[in-house]
Amino acid sequence: MTVNTMTAKELTEKIFNKEELFILDVRNASDFADWKIEGENFDYLNVPYFDLLDGVEGILDKIPSDKDVLIVCAKGRSSIMVAEMLSEAGLSVSSLEGGMNAWSEHLEPVKVGDLKDGGEIYQFVRIGKGCLSYVVVSNGEAAVIDASRMINIYLEFANRIGAKITHVFDTHLHADHISGGRKLAEKTNASYWLPPKDAAEVTFDYQALEDESEMAIGNTSINMHALYSPGHTIGSTSFVVDEKFLLTGDILFIDSIGRPDLAGLAEDWVGDLRESLYTRYKELSGELIVLPGHFTIIDELNADGSVSKKLSTLFETNHGLNIEDENAFRKLVTDNLPPQPNAYQEIREINMGKIDPDTEKQREMEIGPNRCAVR
Amino acid sequence: MKSNKLLDAKGLTCPMPVVKTKKAMNELETGQVLEIHATDKGAKSDLTAWARSGGHKLLEHEADNDVLKFWIKKG
Repeated sequence: MTVNTMTAKELTEKIFNKEELFILDVRNASDFADWKIEGENFDYLNVPYFDLLDGVEGILDKIPSDKDVLIVCAKGRSSIMVAEMLSEAGLSVSSLEGGMNAWSEHLEPVKVGDLKDGGEIYQFVRIGKGCLSYVVVSNGEAAVIDASRMINIYLEFANRIGAKITHVFDTHLHADHISGGRKLAEKTNASYWLPPKDAAEVTFDYQALEDESEMAIGNTSINMHALYSPGHTIGSTSFVVDEKFLLTGDILFIDSIGRPDLAGLAEDWVGDLRESLYTRYKELSGELIVLPGHFTIIDELNADGSVSKKLSTLFETNHGLNIEDENAFRKLVTDNLPPQPNAYQEIREINMGKIDPDTEKQREMEIGPNRCAVR
Repeated sequence: MKSNKLLDAKGLTCPMPVVKTKKAMNELETGQVLEIHATDKGAKSDLTAWARSGGHKLLEHEADNDVLKFWIKKG
């Protein structure tokens, strides 16, 4: 018997459209508590698949008949088994194709704006993990910023819009996800830029991304201006694109700020973080549209699925930008930090080129939310 | 560690290691030990949680290269 499946893309549309959905998550209770599919109008039931092997009768009355029901597991096989059982019991349900693995890997491109002379900027929303990467396009050339390891998605996208990837950037050495930057640059013969202060231990060649570096994308006037903004890492660099967009990396998010501890130096970097947020960003135009490296909660998504806000708005509404007392700020970003991202130390080593595990292992390391923010 | 029965679940992917374990466990008496060999990485957390929810006891587990080995005592 075949059951209905839902793809990660279809599920993403339901989140963007704020649709209702009932999710029966059949993973372990601890996995579910750690990380789940978030939607504004989603309801949940968590019953591990191995508690349903003798039958689903016990949960039938907990599953609504008046909304869509999606069964979710880790890899998309147990959910098929449970979906089959529920279908045989007369319910109409779907199974998430590829499970949380596929959910973690799905990227949804959303156009966030136009640039001068016909250029465009796209945000790639990694909806399951809360990671955001960017493609800046101008005149047949493209730059990719903070690429995920699913590099085919950027290659296909560039191909589809007829652009050649010429520059690849990482705003910092990531700890929550595996960067696709180096491999993407190798595949496309693009230059790969990293802030040298984050690259002290890397095992490969890169171009040094320094404060005030200027890059032209395409042969028009689309200008990318690097702005040294340490704090999440010592090398963290922001970009001002086309005098209109501020790519903040993991320094400033919509409803939170970057955590300074993932390289083990919270106490040392808290002062840098404060200076970047309270001095360097203050000097910039409030009209800039902030495009961050992550979102943490689904409420941060705009109506079109993008994640962005005017800098001046963030100075009014983001709690992390409004702590006058320096000691209170220090306390916020060094005490009571959330748990670290899964496998973050190994992920840093991969991003330095020190280890190169197989795809299955990389996928497993990236399980879970990004956890780069403090609120 | 001594076991009363060996289940070879190598090469099987989720949910089959747990499905087969449950079946094999049905054929044992309370107090007897089932040894399971699996290669699916999810087997570790799933068998642990399954044993707990079924009242069985995970006595020991180890990784032998790519093979995960478990000893579960029937409760």
